[in-house]
Amino acid sequence: MSIIRKAARFKFTVSLATVLLIAGSAPVFAAASDADFKNAYAAAEAANKEAGSLRNQWTTTSAALAAARKAAEAGDFDKAVASSKEAEALAKASIFQAISEKEAWKAMEIR
Amino acid sequence: MRSAIHLSSAALALAALVLTAVPIAVAADTPDPVGEARAFQKFFTDKFPKVKLEDFVNGPYSMNEDMHRQWQDKEQFPPYDFSLEAGKEMFSKPFKNGKSYADCFANQGIGIRQNYPYFDEKEGKVVTLELALNRCREANGEAPFSYVKDEMAALTAYMAFTSRGKPFNIKIPDDPRALEAYQNGKRYFYTRRGQLNFSCASCHVQNPGERIRAEVLAPAIGILNAMPIYRSEWGGMGTISRRFTTCNSQIRGVPLDPQSDEYRDVEYYLSYVSNGLPISGPGARP
Repeated sequence: MSIIRKAARFKFTVSLATVLLIAGSAPVFAAASDADFKNAYAAAEAANKEAGSLRNQWTTTSAALAAARKAAEAGDFDKAVASSKEAEALAKASIFQAISEKEAWKAMEIR
Repeated sequence: MRSAIHLSSAALALAALVLTAVPIAVAADTPDPVGEARAFQKFFTDKFPKVKLEDFVNGPYSMNEDMHRQWQDKEQFPPYDFSLEAGKEMFSKPFKNGKSYADCFANQGIGIRQNYPYFDEKEGKVVTLELALNRCREANGEAPFSYVKDEMAALTAYMAFTSRGKPFNIKIPDDPRALEAYQNGKRYFYTRRGQLNFSCASCHVQNPGERIRAEVLAPAIGILNAMPIYRSEWGGMGTISRRFTTCNSQIRGVPLDPQSDEYRDVEYYLSYVSNGLPISGPGARP
């Protein structure tokens, strides 16, 4: 198989994977409910609380949590769940940052 | 689709964190403040060989001749003058109980800015000038001021003015808690935080003199000597507390409460490594 064909097949495989990833993440089959929102929001809030105990919350997490509450109040639970999941992902990234920086900061020190 | 985009952006942020989190070299765990301050100052004088050590207190205005001329022009009619005058008046006005700020400080509070922050061995913590001023007020039955601007900026502007030219003289007493506070401050200074994954050092050690959007970044050395400052961007005066909290929010980190232990410690560290550089506050910045 030529390099060009290999590249084309690789590109197709990556594109297919991207489509599947997006399809798997999007709530296309059923509208989210109030209960879905409450579960997603509680998970996000717990992660953000943990980030707070590490003194490392992000403003974007707070903004996503606020957007989730606003969407839920408006009855848009799809959006509320999406914003909650975004907040959870951001909070988890901030936790990872705080933990890795416990040692990583030393690499930046002027010596 | 929207949630997939959000999740993929979060995944990207996480991947960026992983890449930047790899430790390249590990510093010694036992702090050596004297040697570290020497290395800190040498880093900046090596990086900017044309800038005299004492000129670093002028922040971005020390970075090139054009900026320096801007500073000289600004000093003809300094924008912090109103605050300075207000601070002088407030400082001399007695509290309701007849006492005044002068009763709370050594030398009646005149020419002492360069000794703050200090490590209070009784409390076992760092005490900043802003904290000492509010404690003075509360001890005399007055309500504390906001730490970030207005009255607190005016008072610290006046106290800094009375210390102009005096070199920072921060001491670390022979107390393991003082060394720990210094080390905690250093850790805070170099720790990346916020969604932008910046530490204080990302801007003020790695990129002083460079632009971030329209602004020229100040070097970390001498950065507190000019405080409080009038900032055009703020449209008014700001204290050290304001500088720390806004730095945090600019990198998308939730700021801590002003005068929380972390901020007190980082002020202690940053002031200590600028020992010997003159107080130049109040200052003006773009």
